[in-house]
Amino acid sequence: MYKIIKKRILNAAGTTLEMVVEAPLIAKKCLAGQFIIFRLDEYGERIPLTIADYDRENGTVTIMFQPVGRSTMMLAELNEGDSILDFVGPLGKPTHMEGLKRVAVVGGGVGCAIAYPVAKAMHAKGIEVDMIAGFRNKDIVMLEDEMRANSTNLFITTDDGSYSEKGFVTDKLKQLIEAGRNYDEIVAIGPGVMMKYVSLATKPYGIKTVVSLNPIMIDGTGMCGGCRVSVGGETKFACVDGPEFDGHAVDWDELLRRGAFYKDEETEQKEHVCRLTGGVRHA
Amino acid sequence: MPNMSLIKNPMPEQEPLVRNKNFLEVAKGYTADMAIDEAQRCLSCKNKPCVSGCPVNVQIPEFIEKVAEGKFAEAYEIITSTNSLPAVCGRVCPQESQCEGKCVRGIKGEPVAIGRLERFAADFSRENVTEKKAEAKIKPETNGHKVAVIGSGPAGLTCAGDLARLGYKVTIFEAFHKAGGVLVYGIPEFRLPKHIVSAEIENLTAIGVELITNAVVGRAMSVDELFEEGFEAVFIGSGAGLPQFMNIPGENLLGVYSANEYLTRINLMKAYLPEYDTPIKKARHVAVVGGGNVAMDAARCAKRMGADEVYIIYRRSMEELPARKEEVHHAMEEEIIFKLLNNPISVLGDENGYVNGIECLRMELGEPDESGRRRPVEVKDSNFVLDVDTVIIAIGTSPNPLIKSTTEGLETNKKGCIVADESAATSRKGVFAGGDAVTGAATVILAMGAGKMAAESIDKYIMCK
Repeated sequence: MYKIIKKRILNAAGTTLEMVVEAPLIAKKCLAGQFIIFRLDEYGERIPLTIADYDRENGTVTIMFQPVGRSTMMLAELNEGDSILDFVGPLGKPTHMEGLKRVAVVGGGVGCAIAYPVAKAMHAKGIEVDMIAGFRNKDIVMLEDEMRANSTNLFITTDDGSYSEKGFVTDKLKQLIEAGRNYDEIVAIGPGVMMKYVSLATKPYGIKTVVSLNPIMIDGTGMCGGCRVSVGGETKFACVDGPEFDGHAVDWDELLRRGAFYKDEETEQKEHVCRLTGGVRHA
Repeated sequence: MPNMSLIKNPMPEQEPLVRNKNFLEVAKGYTADMAIDEAQRCLSCKNKPCVSGCPVNVQIPEFIEKVAEGKFAEAYEIITSTNSLPAVCGRVCPQESQCEGKCVRGIKGEPVAIGRLERFAADFSRENVTEKKAEAKIKPETNGHKVAVIGSGPAGLTCAGDLARLGYKVTIFEAFHKAGGVLVYGIPEFRLPKHIVSAEIENLTAIGVELITNAVVGRAMSVDELFEEGFEAVFIGSGAGLPQFMNIPGENLLGVYSANEYLTRINLMKAYLPEYDTPIKKARHVAVVGGGNVAMDAARCAKRMGADEVYIIYRRSMEELPARKEEVHHAMEEEIIFKLLNNPISVLGDENGYVNGIECLRMELGEPDESGRRRPVEVKDSNFVLDVDTVIIAIGTSPNPLIKSTTEGLETNKKGCIVADESAATSRKGVFAGGDAVTGAATVILAMGAGKMAAESIDKYIMCK
C-alpha cells in the first residue's frame, strides 16, 4: 500500500489535484520525464501518470492529475492518510538534457504538471528555460509560482484572455521564435491535440520538438504493446522507448485515435462512479 | 494385478458449448475412484522411463503407487519433494511430449494419465489435507544467505521455492502487482484457475520467501544494486514478455491487440468480470494470428467474451500447429474456426481507423525448412478478405530488454535471450538465469526445470564461495 501524505488542489476551478505519495523505491531512482502506474484497488485499472516531483530523502513521489476518467475520479476522492493499492515505477526513459543550452518548455492545461518538472530539471542543470504555459481560462491556471521559480522566463496564456496574455501557446511560441530566441529544442507536453499543433508550428522552423506521450497502456514495461505509436514510420512502445519522442515524426492522427479507443466504455464507467458509488468503491 | 485398460480414464469436462460461454475450468478433475483406477494402470517399471521425461524429476511411479493405494496425501508429498507447483503442472504441462511420451503403456494404447494424477493429488491435498499443509509450512532453518529472484513466473517461483527449502532467505521481485507471471497474466482461468496459482504462491511465502510486487528491476533498481544490498546471488527469470508484431500494414488500427495485451486484460485485469474496471471492446468477429498455445488461449477467451466467430489464422497446416493437441481439440470443440494455410498480409480499417477486415493469402506447403517443418509458400493471387472487427497477434514473444540494457556484462544472443550455460550461470558472476528469458517463449515446465537447476547451482556457488 502506498500512503497519500499530502493532497492539494492546484487551481481555482479545482480541476487539477496534487498528491504526494509515499513510494521510497521510486523516489530513490526517478528522474524528470518518467512516469508511474497506479492501481487504486483490486478492481481498478492500471493508469499511467507522469512523476511531477520527488523527494529522495523523504521517499515521496508527487503526482498531479485531472479527474477525468473513473480511476482518476476515484483517486481524487482519497484523502491524506488514505492509501493506493499499487504504485509502480519509475517507468519510461528520463528526459534527455545533454548538450542543451536554451529550451522552450510548452505546457498545456494539466500538461503543465508534467512540463513543470522537465523545466525544473533543465533549469537546475543551468539550461536557459522559457516556460510557456497555456490554459483555457483563469480558473484553471496552476503552478504559477513553481513554474516561475524554475524557469528563466515564464509566459502564461489563456484562450479567453481572462488571465495574462490572450491566445494559444502556439501563438506565443511562434512569437518568441520570430523574435529571435534561438532554441536548441522545444519540449511540448499536454493534451495530444496541443502537442500535435505545437509540433506543426515548430516544423517550419526546423527546431527539434520533443513531446511526452501518454497513450493507453497496461504494464508500462513493454509487455502489452497497447501503447504502440508510429514514429517516423516505425512502431515504438511509448512505455519503454519513450514516453518522449520527436514530435515531427509522430503519427498524430493515429495517436489521437488510439487514445480514444475506449471512450465509450469510459463514459459508461464514469456514470457508474457518479450514480452508484458516489466516488469510492466499498470493496 | 494392474489395470490393463488400453485407454486413460477420460477427464470429466464441461460441455463444449456450455463452457465456451463461461470462464470456469474446462477439465473438472478426476474423482478419487477414477484416480485410483487410473493409477492402477501404472506398471511401476524399474527403469522409470517417465521420470527421464520430466524436467523437474518428479518420482512418478512412486507417487502413482501411493495414489493407487488411496494414500493421496503421501502421493502429494512425493511430488512436492521435487516439484514446487504440482497443481499447475498437472494442468498445463505438455505431458504427451514428456513423462507420458515415455510411458511404456503408451506403446500399445494410451499412456498412464500422469498429468491428471498429479493434478488430482495436488487438488486433493489443497482441498483436504490441512494438517499436513501446516506441517509443510514450517519454515526451514535459515542459513543466513540472501538470494534475489527477478520475476515470479514458473522459473522464479521454482528457484525461490527450492532455495527457501535449503534455508536461503529469498526475495522475489515482481514488476506486476500480482505474482505468478504468465500463470496469472497469460494462461486463462478456464485452464488454470487463479486461486490455484495463489495457493501455490502462498505455500512459498509460508516457508519464508519474501515477495515484493510493483518492483521493476532495470528501472527501480539494477542487478548491481541488488548485490550492493547484500544479495549474494541473483536469478533472472523475467520471461519473454515482449510481444512480436507482424510488421504488416494496419497493425496499429483500433482493434488490433497483441495476445499479451488481450490476455492480460482478461486474465490479470479480469475484464470478464463486471466488478472490474478493465475495459475491453465487445468483439463480434475475431481473427487470432498464430498457432501456438497462446493463440488457442486468446481465441478461446474471445469466444467466451461473446464473439460470434473466432478464427485462428495460421500459415501452415494442422500437422505443424505448434499448440498442444489437447488445446487444439478443445478449441475446435468450442467452435473456434481454423483457417489454416493462410497468411495475413494486411489489416484493413474503416474511415475512423477501426479494424474491419484482415487480408490474407493462401499458402501451400513446400520443402521442409531448417526447423524440419514444411515451408509455407504463397499461392499467387489468392488474396481474400476475412471480415473481422478484432485482430489478436499471437505470433510469439521475445525477452524484455529492460534487464539486459541495465546490467553491464550480461551476455545476450541476437534474439535478446540471456546466454546461460547448463548450470544456469550467465556471463556475470553470481548472476543466474533460466526460463523464457534464456530460451525465448517455451513452456511452464521447461522454465520450472531451469529454475530448479539454477537453485542447485546457486546453492553450490554460495556454499563454495
